[in-house]
Amino acid sequence: MNNHIEATIDQVRALHPEAIESVMNFREEPTLIVDATHLLDICNLLRFDSGLDYSLLVDIAFVDHYPNEPRFSLSYILHSLEKNARIRLRVQLSGKSPEVSSVTACWKSAEWPEREAFDMMGINFVGHPDLRRILMPADWDGHPLRKDYPLGYEEVQFSFNWEEIDSKKDYAKE
Amino acid sequence: MSQVRKLETTLDELKTLFSDKAQTGETMVLNLGPQHPSTHGVLRLILELDGEEVVRCVPDVGFLHTGIEKNMEAKTYLKALVMTDRMDYLNNLGNNLTYCLAIEKLCNIEVPKRAQVIRVICAELQRIASHLVWLGTSAMDLNASSVLIYCFRDRENLLDIFEMIGGQRMMTSYIRPGGVWRDVPDEFVPAVNRFLDYLPEKLADYERMLTRNPLFMRRTIDIGIIDPSDAVERGMTGSSLRGSGINYDVRRAMPYSGYDEYDFDVPLEDGCDVYARYRVRMREFHESMGIIKQALDKLEPGPVITDDRKYSPPPRSELGNSMEAVIHHFKYWTEGFSAPKGEVYVATESPRGELGCCLVGDGSPKPGRVHFRTPSFHNLQSLSFMSEGYLVADLVAMIGSIDIVLGDVDR
Repeated sequence: MNNHIEATIDQVRALHPEAIESVMNFREEPTLIVDATHLLDICNLLRFDSGLDYSLLVDIAFVDHYPNEPRFSLSYILHSLEKNARIRLRVQLSGKSPEVSSVTACWKSAEWPEREAFDMMGINFVGHPDLRRILMPADWDGHPLRKDYPLGYEEVQFSFNWEEIDSKKDYAKE
Repeated sequence: MSQVRKLETTLDELKTLFSDKAQTGETMVLNLGPQHPSTHGVLRLILELDGEEVVRCVPDVGFLHTGIEKNMEAKTYLKALVMTDRMDYLNNLGNNLTYCLAIEKLCNIEVPKRAQVIRVICAELQRIASHLVWLGTSAMDLNASSVLIYCFRDRENLLDIFEMIGGQRMMTSYIRPGGVWRDVPDEFVPAVNRFLDYLPEKLADYERMLTRNPLFMRRTIDIGIIDPSDAVERGMTGSSLRGSGINYDVRRAMPYSGYDEYDFDVPLEDGCDVYARYRVRMREFHESMGIIKQALDKLEPGPVITDDRKYSPPPRSELGNSMEAVIHHFKYWTEGFSAPKGEVYVATESPRGELGCCLVGDGSPKPGRVHFRTPSFHNLQSLSFMSEGYLVADLVAMIGSIDIVLGDVDR
Protein backbone atom coordinates (compact mmCIF):
# COMPACT_ATOMS: atom_id res chain seq x y z
CA MET A 1 0.00 0.00 0.00
CA ASN A 2 1.44 3.36 -0.88
CA ASN A 3 1.93 6.08 1.71
CA HIS A 4 -0.83 8.32 0.48
CA ILE A 5 -3.43 5.58 0.84
CA GLU A 6 -2.26 4.79 4.37
CA ALA A 7 -2.53 8.47 5.22
CA THR A 8 -6.01 8.56 3.70
CA ILE A 9 -7.21 5.62 5.74
CA ASP A 10 -5.72 7.12 8.91
CA GLN A 11 -7.40 10.43 8.29
CA VAL A 12 -10.80 8.87 7.59
CA ARG A 13 -10.42 6.76 10.70
CA ALA A 14 -9.56 9.80 12.79
CA LEU A 15 -12.45 11.96 11.58
CA HIS A 16 -15.19 9.36 11.09
CA PRO A 17 -14.27 6.41 13.31
CA GLU A 18 -17.83 5.11 13.41
CA ALA A 19 -18.13 5.03 9.61
CA ILE A 20 -15.50 2.41 8.77
CA GLU A 21 -16.72 -1.15 8.92
CA SER A 22 -13.50 -2.77 7.74
CA VAL A 23 -10.41 -2.29 5.58
CA MET A 24 -9.47 -4.85 2.96
CA ASN A 25 -6.49 -5.24 0.69
CA PHE A 26 -7.51 -8.04 -1.67
CA ARG A 27 -4.98 -8.38 -4.55
CA GLU A 28 -3.29 -5.16 -3.43
CA GLU A 29 -6.40 -3.09 -4.00
CA PRO A 30 -7.05 -1.06 -0.83
CA THR A 31 -10.76 -1.06 -0.05
CA LEU A 32 -12.60 0.82 2.67
CA ILE A 33 -15.92 -0.71 3.54
CA VAL A 34 -18.01 2.10 4.96
CA ASP A 35 -21.42 2.54 6.44
CA ALA A 36 -23.90 3.80 3.84
CA THR A 37 -25.24 6.56 6.09
CA HIS A 38 -21.76 8.13 6.33
CA LEU A 39 -20.87 7.81 2.65
CA LEU A 40 -21.42 11.46 1.82
CA ASP A 41 -19.29 12.69 4.75
CA ILE A 42 -16.39 10.50 3.70
CA CYS A 43 -16.74 11.48 0.04
CA ASN A 44 -16.72 15.15 1.02
CA LEU A 45 -13.54 14.58 2.98
CA LEU A 46 -11.78 12.63 0.23
CA ARG A 47 -12.81 15.04 -2.48
CA PHE A 48 -12.36 18.44 -0.87
CA ASP A 49 -9.57 17.95 1.67
CA SER A 50 -6.60 19.57 -0.04
CA GLY A 51 -4.17 17.00 1.32
CA LEU A 52 -6.16 14.02 0.04
CA ASP A 53 -7.47 15.36 -3.27
CA TYR A 54 -9.28 12.44 -4.84
CA SER A 55 -10.40 14.54 -7.77
CA LEU A 56 -11.35 11.79 -10.23
CA LEU A 57 -14.26 9.48 -9.60
CA VAL A 58 -13.27 6.67 -11.92
CA ASP A 59 -16.31 4.46 -11.65
CA ILE A 60 -19.16 3.16 -9.55
CA ALA A 61 -19.32 -0.61 -9.86
CA PHE A 62 -22.51 -2.23 -8.60
CA VAL A 63 -22.84 -5.88 -7.64
CA ASP A 64 -25.81 -8.03 -6.69
CA HIS A 65 -24.98 -10.76 -4.13
CA TYR A 66 -28.43 -12.35 -4.23
CA PRO A 67 -29.54 -14.38 -2.22
CA ASN A 68 -27.04 -13.18 0.41
CA GLU A 69 -27.64 -10.18 2.63
CA PRO A 70 -26.62 -7.38 2.43
CA ARG A 71 -27.66 -7.92 -1.13
CA PHE A 72 -26.10 -5.04 -3.07
CA SER A 73 -22.67 -3.51 -2.94
CA LEU A 74 -21.46 -0.35 -4.61
CA SER A 75 -17.76 0.21 -5.22
CA TYR A 76 -16.66 3.79 -5.73
CA ILE A 77 -13.24 3.83 -7.34
CA LEU A 78 -11.45 7.08 -6.55
CA HIS A 79 -8.21 8.30 -8.03
CA SER A 80 -5.92 11.06 -6.90
CA LEU A 81 -4.22 12.51 -9.97
CA GLU A 82 -1.76 14.49 -7.87
CA LYS A 83 -0.51 11.56 -5.79
CA ASN A 84 -1.27 8.81 -8.31
CA ALA A 85 -3.11 6.79 -5.69
CA ARG A 86 -6.28 4.80 -6.02
CA ILE A 87 -8.69 3.68 -3.35
CA ARG A 88 -12.03 1.94 -3.36
CA LEU A 89 -14.96 2.83 -1.12
CA ARG A 90 -17.54 0.14 -0.77
CA VAL A 91 -21.01 0.43 0.71
CA GLN A 92 -23.35 -2.47 1.27
CA LEU A 93 -27.08 -2.09 0.89
CA SER A 94 -29.95 -4.29 1.95
CA GLY A 95 -32.15 -5.97 -0.63
CA LYS A 96 -35.43 -4.57 0.68
CA SER A 97 -35.05 -0.90 -0.12
CA PRO A 98 -31.57 -0.22 -1.50
CA GLU A 99 -30.97 3.45 -0.96
CA VAL A 100 -27.87 5.57 -0.62
CA SER A 101 -27.10 9.27 -0.88
CA SER A 102 -25.94 10.52 -4.24
CA VAL A 103 -22.35 11.75 -4.54
CA THR A 104 -23.10 14.10 -7.45
CA ALA A 105 -22.38 17.01 -5.09
CA CYS A 106 -18.77 15.83 -4.84
CA TRP A 107 -18.20 14.65 -8.41
CA LYS A 108 -20.41 15.74 -11.31
CA SER A 109 -19.22 12.64 -13.13
CA ALA A 110 -21.24 10.47 -10.72
CA GLU A 111 -24.41 11.47 -12.53
CA TRP A 112 -24.42 8.86 -15.28
CA PRO A 113 -22.92 5.95 -13.32
CA GLU A 114 -25.60 6.45 -10.66
CA ARG A 115 -28.30 6.52 -13.30
CA GLU A 116 -26.86 3.29 -14.67
CA ALA A 117 -26.93 1.66 -11.24
CA PHE A 118 -30.52 2.83 -10.78
CA ASP A 119 -31.51 1.51 -14.18
CA MET A 120 -29.75 -1.84 -13.96
CA MET A 121 -30.01 -2.65 -10.24
CA GLY A 122 -32.84 -0.47 -8.95
CA ILE A 123 -30.73 1.35 -6.39
CA ASN A 124 -32.21 4.67 -5.32
CA PHE A 125 -29.78 7.58 -5.07
CA VAL A 126 -31.15 10.23 -2.75
CA GLY A 127 -30.40 13.74 -3.95
CA HIS A 128 -29.59 12.85 -7.54
CA PRO A 129 -30.63 15.73 -9.83
CA ASP A 130 -32.00 13.63 -12.68
CA LEU A 131 -32.54 10.00 -11.74
CA ARG A 132 -34.00 8.43 -14.89
CA ARG A 133 -33.31 5.22 -16.74
CA ILE A 134 -30.31 5.60 -18.99
CA LEU A 135 -29.75 2.43 -21.02
CA MET A 136 -33.12 0.69 -20.94
CA PRO A 137 -36.27 2.22 -22.45
CA ALA A 138 -38.14 4.57 -20.12
CA ASP A 139 -41.16 2.26 -19.85
CA TRP A 140 -39.17 -0.86 -19.00
CA ASP A 141 -40.27 -3.05 -16.10
CA GLY A 142 -37.68 -4.40 -13.69
CA HIS A 143 -33.94 -4.02 -13.33
CA PRO A 144 -32.07 -6.33 -15.71
CA LEU A 145 -28.78 -6.85 -13.88
CA ARG A 146 -30.39 -8.19 -10.73
CA LYS A 147 -29.63 -11.85 -10.23
CA ASP A 148 -33.31 -12.75 -9.97
CA TYR A 149 -34.09 -11.15 -13.32
CA PRO A 150 -34.22 -13.89 -15.98
CA LEU A 151 -31.86 -13.76 -18.92
CA GLY A 152 -34.90 -14.05 -21.17
CA TYR A 153 -34.49 -16.71 -23.77
CA GLU A 154 -37.25 -16.75 -26.35
CA GLU A 155 -38.79 -20.10 -27.22
CA VAL A 156 -38.48 -20.89 -30.91
CA GLN A 157 -41.73 -21.09 -32.79
CA PHE A 158 -42.09 -24.22 -34.98
CA SER A 159 -45.10 -25.53 -36.86
CA PHE A 160 -45.96 -28.01 -34.10
CA ASN A 161 -46.04 -25.41 -31.31
CA TRP A 162 -46.95 -22.32 -33.32
CA GLU A 163 -50.31 -21.75 -31.77
CA GLU A 164 -49.23 -22.53 -28.23
CA ILE A 165 -46.51 -19.87 -28.33
CA ASP A 166 -48.71 -17.48 -30.26
CA SER A 167 -51.31 -17.63 -27.51
CA LYS A 168 -48.68 -16.50 -24.95
CA LYS A 169 -47.71 -13.42 -26.93
CA ASP A 170 -49.50 -10.30 -25.83
CA TYR A 171 -49.16 -8.33 -29.03
CA ALA A 172 -51.46 -8.35 -32.06
CA LYS A 173 -54.44 -9.23 -29.89
CA GLU A 174 -57.80 -7.53 -29.81
CA MET B 1 -53.02 0.69 -21.26
CA SER B 2 -50.60 0.84 -18.39
CA GLN B 3 -47.66 1.19 -20.78
CA VAL B 4 -49.17 4.21 -22.52
CA ARG B 5 -49.62 6.00 -19.22
CA LYS B 6 -46.02 5.40 -18.28
CA LEU B 7 -44.75 6.93 -21.50
CA GLU B 8 -46.72 10.09 -20.86
CA THR B 9 -45.13 10.57 -17.45
CA THR B 10 -41.73 10.20 -19.05
CA LEU B 11 -42.45 13.02 -21.47
CA ASP B 12 -43.44 15.15 -18.48
CA GLU B 13 -40.17 14.30 -16.81
CA LEU B 14 -38.27 15.32 -19.93
CA LYS B 15 -39.93 18.74 -19.90
CA THR B 16 -38.11 19.57 -16.67
CA LEU B 17 -34.79 19.18 -18.46
CA PHE B 18 -35.37 22.26 -20.57
CA SER B 19 -35.87 25.91 -19.64
CA ASP B 20 -39.26 27.60 -19.40
CA LYS B 21 -38.56 29.33 -22.67
CA ALA B 22 -38.88 26.00 -24.42
CA GLN B 23 -42.43 25.65 -23.10
CA THR B 24 -43.49 29.00 -24.48
CA GLY B 25 -41.76 28.45 -27.80
CA GLU B 26 -39.14 31.15 -27.42
CA THR B 27 -36.46 28.52 -27.86
CA MET B 28 -36.74 25.47 -30.06
CA VAL B 29 -36.32 21.85 -28.99
CA LEU B 30 -34.71 19.87 -31.77
CA ASN B 31 -33.99 16.17 -32.02
CA LEU B 32 -30.61 15.17 -33.48
CA GLY B 33 -30.14 11.50 -34.24
CA PRO B 34 -30.20 8.62 -33.41
CA GLN B 35 -29.86 7.87 -37.11
CA HIS B 36 -27.51 10.65 -38.07
CA PRO B 37 -24.08 10.18 -39.65
CA SER B 38 -22.35 12.79 -37.51
CA THR B 39 -23.35 11.15 -34.22
CA HIS B 40 -20.87 8.31 -34.88
CA GLY B 41 -23.44 5.58 -34.40
CA VAL B 42 -26.81 5.72 -32.73
CA LEU B 43 -26.54 8.64 -30.35
CA ARG B 44 -29.62 10.78 -29.85
CA LEU B 45 -29.23 14.35 -28.69
CA ILE B 46 -32.18 16.47 -27.65
CA LEU B 47 -31.15 20.06 -28.19
CA GLU B 48 -32.71 23.22 -26.94
CA LEU B 49 -31.73 25.94 -29.38
CA ASP B 50 -31.87 29.69 -29.26
CA GLY B 51 -31.52 30.47 -32.94
CA GLU B 52 -28.56 28.34 -33.83
CA GLU B 53 -27.01 28.46 -30.37
CA VAL B 54 -27.18 25.43 -28.08
CA VAL B 55 -28.86 26.32 -24.79
CA ARG B 56 -29.00 22.79 -23.50
CA CYS B 57 -27.99 19.44 -24.91
CA VAL B 58 -29.39 16.24 -23.40
CA PRO B 59 -27.76 13.05 -24.67
CA ASP B 60 -30.04 10.03 -24.83
CA VAL B 61 -28.10 6.77 -25.00
CA GLY B 62 -28.99 3.10 -24.87
CA PHE B 63 -30.00 2.40 -28.46
CA LEU B 64 -27.15 -0.06 -28.80
CA HIS B 65 -27.60 -1.69 -25.40
CA THR B 66 -27.22 -5.42 -25.85
CA GLY B 67 -26.94 -6.60 -22.25
CA ILE B 68 -23.35 -7.75 -22.56
CA GLU B 69 -22.72 -7.59 -18.80
CA LYS B 70 -25.80 -9.71 -18.11
CA ASN B 71 -24.90 -12.19 -20.82
CA MET B 72 -21.37 -12.64 -19.51
CA GLU B 73 -22.74 -13.80 -16.15
CA ALA B 74 -24.39 -16.73 -17.91
CA LYS B 75 -21.23 -17.93 -19.66
CA THR B 76 -17.96 -19.42 -18.45
CA TYR B 77 -14.97 -17.09 -18.14
CA LEU B 78 -13.59 -18.21 -21.48
CA LYS B 79 -16.87 -18.05 -23.40
CA ALA B 80 -17.59 -14.60 -22.02
CA LEU B 81 -14.38 -13.39 -23.67
CA VAL B 82 -16.01 -13.20 -27.10
CA MET B 83 -18.57 -10.73 -25.77
CA THR B 84 -15.84 -8.21 -24.94
CA ASP B 85 -14.82 -7.89 -28.59
CA ARG B 86 -18.25 -6.59 -29.42
CA MET B 87 -18.30 -3.84 -26.81
CA ASP B 88 -16.01 -1.20 -28.22
CA TYR B 89 -15.82 -2.41 -31.79
CA LEU B 90 -12.79 -0.26 -32.62
CA ASN B 91 -10.75 -1.57 -29.70
CA ASN B 92 -11.41 -5.31 -29.81
CA LEU B 93 -7.97 -6.45 -28.70
CA GLY B 94 -7.87 -3.81 -25.98
CA ASN B 95 -11.16 -5.06 -24.55
CA ASN B 96 -9.87 -8.65 -24.59
CA LEU B 97 -6.75 -7.47 -22.83
CA THR B 98 -8.65 -5.67 -20.07
CA TYR B 99 -10.90 -8.61 -19.38
CA CYS B 100 -8.00 -11.08 -19.41
CA LEU B 101 -5.93 -8.89 -17.08
CA ALA B 102 -8.86 -8.89 -14.64
CA ILE B 103 -9.09 -12.69 -14.74
CA GLU B 104 -5.33 -12.99 -14.31
CA LYS B 105 -5.39 -10.67 -11.32
CA LEU B 106 -8.28 -12.54 -9.72
CA CYS B 107 -6.73 -15.98 -10.29
CA ASN B 108 -3.07 -14.97 -9.82
CA ILE B 109 -1.98 -16.17 -13.27
CA GLU B 110 1.55 -15.43 -14.44
CA VAL B 111 1.78 -14.34 -18.09
CA PRO B 112 4.93 -15.32 -20.05
CA LYS B 113 7.20 -12.55 -21.31
CA ARG B 114 6.62 -13.18 -25.01
CA ALA B 115 2.85 -13.06 -24.56
CA GLN B 116 3.13 -9.71 -22.79
CA VAL B 117 5.18 -8.26 -25.64
CA ILE B 118 2.70 -9.57 -28.23
CA ARG B 119 -0.12 -8.03 -26.20
CA VAL B 120 1.60 -4.65 -26.19
CA ILE B 121 2.11 -4.80 -29.96
CA CYS B 122 -1.54 -5.74 -30.47
CA ALA B 123 -2.82 -3.02 -28.14
CA GLU B 124 -0.76 -0.34 -29.87
CA LEU B 125 -1.69 -1.50 -33.38
CA GLN B 126 -5.28 -1.38 -32.23
CA ARG B 127 -4.77 2.14 -30.93
CA ILE B 128 -3.45 3.23 -34.33
CA ALA B 129 -6.40 1.54 -36.08
CA SER B 130 -8.87 3.23 -33.77
CA HIS B 131 -7.24 6.64 -34.13
CA LEU B 132 -7.33 6.24 -37.92
CA VAL B 133 -11.09 5.76 -37.78
CA TRP B 134 -11.39 8.73 -35.44
CA LEU B 135 -9.29 10.91 -37.75
CA GLY B 136 -11.29 9.94 -40.81
CA THR B 137 -14.74 10.32 -39.29
CA SER B 138 -14.10 13.48 -37.33
CA ALA B 139 -12.48 15.12 -40.35
CA MET B 140 -15.47 14.11 -42.44
CA ASP B 141 -17.76 15.78 -39.91
CA LEU B 142 -15.91 18.98 -40.74
CA ASN B 143 -16.36 18.34 -44.45
CA ALA B 144 -12.89 16.97 -45.22
CA SER B 145 -14.31 13.83 -46.76
CA SER B 146 -11.21 12.65 -48.62
CA VAL B 147 -9.39 12.02 -45.31
CA LEU B 148 -11.97 9.37 -44.44
CA ILE B 149 -11.21 7.31 -47.53
CA TYR B 150 -7.44 7.56 -46.99
CA CYS B 151 -7.70 6.55 -43.32
CA PHE B 152 -9.84 3.52 -44.03
CA ARG B 153 -7.36 2.50 -46.72
CA ASP B 154 -4.53 2.58 -44.14
CA ARG B 155 -6.61 0.79 -41.50
CA GLU B 156 -7.15 -2.05 -43.97
CA ASN B 157 -3.45 -2.96 -43.54
CA LEU B 158 -3.98 -3.32 -39.80
CA LEU B 159 -7.09 -5.43 -40.23
CA ASP B 160 -5.04 -7.73 -42.47
CA ILE B 161 -2.49 -8.06 -39.66
CA PHE B 162 -5.25 -8.90 -37.15
CA GLU B 163 -6.63 -11.48 -39.56
CA MET B 164 -3.14 -12.95 -39.80
CA ILE B 165 -2.86 -13.46 -36.02
CA GLY B 166 -6.43 -14.18 -35.00
CA GLY B 167 -8.21 -15.41 -38.13
CA GLN B 168 -10.68 -12.53 -38.11
CA ARG B 169 -10.42 -8.91 -39.09
CA MET B 170 -12.15 -7.38 -36.09
CA MET B 171 -13.57 -9.81 -33.52
CA THR B 172 -10.35 -11.70 -33.01
CA SER B 173 -10.61 -12.86 -29.35
CA TYR B 174 -6.87 -13.37 -29.78
CA ILE B 175 -5.83 -12.39 -26.26
CA ARG B 176 -6.83 -15.17 -23.85
CA PRO B 177 -6.59 -15.58 -20.09
CA GLY B 178 -2.97 -16.49 -19.36
CA GLY B 179 -1.47 -15.25 -22.62
CA VAL B 180 -2.53 -15.21 -26.24
CA TRP B 181 -4.34 -17.81 -28.35
CA ARG B 182 -1.26 -18.99 -30.28
CA ASP B 183 2.07 -17.64 -31.38
CA VAL B 184 2.19 -15.02 -34.12
CA PRO B 185 2.92 -16.41 -37.62
CA ASP B 186 6.32 -15.85 -39.27
CA GLU B 187 4.95 -13.19 -41.60
CA PHE B 188 3.67 -11.07 -38.68
CA VAL B 189 6.86 -9.16 -37.86
CA PRO B 190 7.65 -8.27 -41.51
CA ALA B 191 4.04 -7.13 -41.98
CA VAL B 192 4.19 -4.88 -38.91
CA ASN B 193 7.53 -3.47 -40.04
CA ARG B 194 6.12 -2.76 -43.49
CA PHE B 195 3.23 -0.92 -41.90
CA LEU B 196 5.53 1.11 -39.65
CA ASP B 197 7.52 2.16 -42.73
CA TYR B 198 4.34 3.00 -44.62
CA LEU B 199 2.38 5.03 -42.05
CA PRO B 200 4.61 8.07 -41.23
CA GLU B 201 4.51 9.34 -44.79
CA LYS B 202 0.72 9.07 -44.88
CA LEU B 203 0.38 10.78 -41.49
CA ALA B 204 2.48 13.64 -42.82
CA ASP B 205 -0.01 13.90 -45.70
CA TYR B 206 -2.97 14.13 -43.32
CA GLU B 207 -1.18 16.72 -41.22
CA ARG B 208 -0.61 18.74 -44.40
CA MET B 209 -4.31 18.43 -45.19
CA LEU B 210 -5.59 19.43 -41.76
CA THR B 211 -3.16 20.82 -39.20
CA ARG B 212 -2.50 24.16 -40.93
CA ASN B 213 -5.66 24.18 -43.01
CA PRO B 214 -7.36 27.54 -42.25
CA LEU B 215 -10.86 26.08 -42.65
CA PHE B 216 -10.10 23.22 -40.28
CA MET B 217 -8.48 25.57 -37.77
CA ARG B 218 -11.44 27.94 -37.75
CA ARG B 219 -13.81 25.04 -37.12
CA THR B 220 -11.75 23.63 -34.23
CA ILE B 221 -9.72 26.30 -32.40
CA ASP B 222 -11.53 27.72 -29.34
CA ILE B 223 -14.43 25.34 -29.90
CA GLY B 224 -15.66 23.03 -27.15
CA ILE B 225 -13.42 24.46 -24.44
CA ILE B 226 -13.35 22.47 -21.22
CA ASP B 227 -11.04 23.58 -18.41
CA PRO B 228 -8.75 21.01 -16.78
CA SER B 229 -10.65 21.06 -13.49
CA ASP B 230 -14.01 20.73 -15.25
CA ALA B 231 -12.70 17.88 -17.38
CA VAL B 232 -11.66 15.93 -14.28
CA GLU B 233 -14.88 16.81 -12.47
CA ARG B 234 -16.87 15.42 -15.42
CA GLY B 235 -14.89 12.19 -15.45
CA MET B 236 -13.06 12.62 -18.74
CA THR B 237 -10.04 10.41 -19.36
CA GLY B 238 -7.70 9.56 -22.19
CA SER B 239 -6.71 11.78 -25.09
CA SER B 240 -9.64 14.12 -24.43
CA LEU B 241 -8.37 14.79 -20.91
CA ARG B 242 -4.81 15.18 -22.11
CA GLY B 243 -6.06 17.79 -24.58
CA SER B 244 -6.88 19.82 -21.47
CA GLY B 245 -3.32 19.49 -20.26
CA ILE B 246 -3.75 16.88 -17.54
CA ASN B 247 -1.03 14.30 -17.51
CA TYR B 248 -2.95 11.11 -16.85
CA ASP B 249 -2.29 7.99 -18.86
CA VAL B 250 -3.02 4.59 -17.33
CA ARG B 251 0.01 3.11 -19.08
CA ARG B 252 2.16 5.51 -17.02
CA ALA B 253 0.11 5.79 -13.83
CA MET B 254 -0.54 2.07 -13.31
CA PRO B 255 1.61 0.15 -15.82
CA TYR B 256 0.31 -3.21 -16.99
CA SER B 257 1.72 -5.82 -19.41
CA GLY B 258 5.20 -4.39 -18.89
CA TYR B 259 4.48 -0.86 -20.18
CA ASP B 260 6.94 0.46 -17.61
CA GLU B 261 9.78 -1.01 -19.67
CA TYR B 262 8.96 1.06 -22.74
CA ASP B 263 10.16 4.54 -23.42
CA PHE B 264 7.37 6.82 -24.63
CA ASP B 265 5.99 10.30 -24.13
CA VAL B 266 2.48 11.19 -23.02
CA PRO B 267 1.47 13.95 -25.45
CA LEU B 268 -0.14 16.95 -23.74
CA GLU B 269 -1.75 20.08 -25.15
CA ASP B 270 -3.19 22.92 -23.13
CA GLY B 271 -5.63 24.37 -25.63
CA CYS B 272 -8.57 22.54 -23.98
CA ASP B 273 -10.43 22.74 -27.32
CA VAL B 274 -11.23 20.46 -30.24
CA TYR B 275 -7.96 21.38 -31.94
CA ALA B 276 -5.92 20.43 -28.85
CA ARG B 277 -7.57 17.00 -28.72
CA TYR B 278 -6.79 16.60 -32.42
CA ARG B 279 -3.13 17.49 -31.83
CA VAL B 280 -2.84 15.03 -28.93
CA ARG B 281 -4.16 12.12 -30.98
CA MET B 282 -1.97 12.98 -33.97
CA ARG B 283 1.08 12.82 -31.70
CA GLU B 284 -0.12 9.58 -30.15
CA PHE B 285 0.19 7.87 -33.53
CA HIS B 286 3.94 8.45 -33.38
CA GLU B 287 4.24 7.38 -29.73
CA SER B 288 2.39 4.14 -30.51
CA MET B 289 4.69 3.46 -33.44
CA GLY B 290 7.68 4.02 -31.14
CA ILE B 291 6.31 1.53 -28.61
CA ILE B 292 5.70 -1.08 -31.32
CA LYS B 293 9.29 -0.68 -32.59
CA GLN B 294 10.67 -1.25 -29.08
CA ALA B 295 8.35 -4.20 -28.57
CA LEU B 296 9.47 -5.87 -31.80
CA ASP B 297 13.05 -5.72 -30.47
CA LYS B 298 11.95 -7.38 -27.24
CA LEU B 299 10.17 -10.20 -29.05
CA GLU B 300 12.19 -13.26 -28.07
CA PRO B 301 11.23 -16.92 -28.50
CA GLY B 302 9.34 -18.52 -25.66
CA PRO B 303 5.91 -19.73 -24.58
CA VAL B 304 2.93 -17.50 -25.35
CA ILE B 305 0.46 -18.82 -22.79
CA THR B 306 0.83 -19.85 -19.17
CA ASP B 307 1.73 -23.49 -18.54
CA ASP B 308 -0.71 -23.71 -15.62
CA ARG B 309 -3.02 -26.29 -17.11
CA LYS B 310 -5.97 -25.15 -15.04
CA TYR B 311 -6.08 -21.90 -16.99
CA SER B 312 -4.75 -22.84 -20.43
CA PRO B 313 -5.41 -25.80 -22.72
CA PRO B 314 -2.63 -28.42 -23.04
CA PRO B 315 -0.86 -28.47 -26.41
CA ARG B 316 -2.17 -30.94 -28.96
CA SER B 317 1.06 -32.98 -28.83
CA GLU B 318 0.50 -33.88 -25.15
CA LEU B 319 -2.98 -35.27 -25.69
CA GLY B 320 -1.73 -38.48 -27.33
CA ASN B 321 0.52 -39.59 -24.47
CA SER B 322 -0.69 -38.04 -21.21
CA MET B 323 -3.91 -38.98 -19.45
CA GLU B 324 -3.62 -35.89 -17.26
CA ALA B 325 -3.48 -33.67 -20.32
CA VAL B 326 -6.67 -35.28 -21.65
CA ILE B 327 -8.43 -34.62 -18.36
CA HIS B 328 -7.28 -31.01 -18.32
CA HIS B 329 -8.30 -30.60 -21.94
CA PHE B 330 -11.77 -31.97 -21.23
CA LYS B 331 -12.27 -29.94 -18.06
CA TYR B 332 -10.99 -26.73 -19.66
CA TRP B 333 -13.27 -26.86 -22.68
CA THR B 334 -16.41 -28.11 -20.92
CA GLU B 335 -16.64 -26.84 -17.37
CA GLY B 336 -14.04 -24.11 -17.67
CA PHE B 337 -11.96 -22.92 -14.74
CA SER B 338 -13.16 -21.54 -11.42
CA ALA B 339 -11.99 -18.22 -10.07
CA PRO B 340 -11.70 -17.54 -6.33
CA LYS B 341 -14.14 -15.32 -4.47
CA GLY B 342 -13.27 -11.67 -4.53
CA GLU B 343 -13.54 -8.44 -6.42
CA VAL B 344 -10.81 -6.89 -8.57
CA TYR B 345 -10.66 -3.79 -10.70
CA VAL B 346 -8.24 -3.49 -13.59
CA ALA B 347 -7.67 -0.43 -15.74
CA THR B 348 -6.03 -0.11 -19.14
CA GLU B 349 -5.58 2.80 -21.49
CA SER B 350 -7.90 2.26 -24.43
CA PRO B 351 -7.71 4.62 -27.43
CA ARG B 352 -10.57 6.56 -25.85
CA GLY B 353 -9.48 6.67 -22.21
CA GLU B 354 -9.44 4.54 -19.12
CA LEU B 355 -11.12 1.22 -19.80
CA GLY B 356 -11.77 -0.57 -16.53
CA CYS B 357 -13.08 -4.00 -15.73
CA CYS B 358 -14.53 -4.81 -12.34
CA LEU B 359 -14.67 -8.57 -12.04
CA VAL B 360 -16.34 -10.38 -9.15
CA GLY B 361 -15.57 -14.05 -8.71
CA ASP B 362 -17.97 -16.21 -6.72
CA GLY B 363 -16.01 -19.46 -6.73
CA SER B 364 -17.86 -20.91 -9.72
CA PRO B 365 -16.69 -21.25 -13.35
CA LYS B 366 -18.92 -18.32 -14.33
CA PRO B 367 -18.20 -14.72 -13.39
CA GLY B 368 -20.41 -13.44 -10.57
CA ARG B 369 -20.43 -9.97 -12.08
CA VAL B 370 -18.52 -8.23 -14.82
CA HIS B 371 -18.76 -4.49 -14.94
CA PHE B 372 -16.97 -2.40 -17.52
CA ARG B 373 -16.02 1.19 -16.92
CA THR B 374 -16.13 2.31 -20.51
CA PRO B 375 -14.37 5.53 -21.47
CA SER B 376 -16.95 6.63 -24.07
CA PHE B 377 -19.76 6.50 -21.50
CA HIS B 378 -17.89 8.77 -19.12
CA ASN B 379 -16.50 11.09 -21.80
CA LEU B 380 -19.93 11.57 -23.35
CA GLN B 381 -21.21 12.94 -20.05
CA SER B 382 -19.14 16.06 -20.55
CA LEU B 383 -20.71 16.83 -23.93
CA SER B 384 -23.72 18.70 -22.56
CA PHE B 385 -21.49 20.90 -20.41
CA MET B 386 -19.01 21.44 -23.22
CA SER B 387 -21.54 22.38 -25.88
CA GLU B 388 -23.51 25.08 -24.06
CA GLY B 389 -23.31 28.37 -25.89
CA TYR B 390 -21.81 27.01 -29.10
CA LEU B 391 -23.47 26.55 -32.49
CA VAL B 392 -25.02 23.30 -33.67
CA ALA B 393 -22.28 22.92 -36.26
CA ASP B 394 -19.66 23.15 -33.48
CA LEU B 395 -21.48 20.48 -31.53
CA VAL B 396 -20.77 18.08 -34.38
CA ALA B 397 -17.07 18.93 -34.18
CA MET B 398 -17.15 18.27 -30.40
CA ILE B 399 -18.77 14.85 -30.77
CA GLY B 400 -15.95 13.92 -33.12
CA SER B 401 -13.31 15.29 -30.77
CA ILE B 402 -14.29 13.22 -27.73
CA ASP B 403 -14.11 10.13 -29.95
CA ILE B 404 -17.04 8.09 -28.72
CA VAL B 405 -18.02 4.62 -29.85
CA LEU B 406 -21.66 3.91 -29.15
CA GLY B 407 -21.06 0.21 -28.65
CA ASP B 408 -18.75 1.25 -25.84
CA VAL B 409 -21.30 3.66 -24.35
CA ASP B 410 -24.23 1.25 -24.31
CA ARG B 411 -22.61 -2.17 -24.01
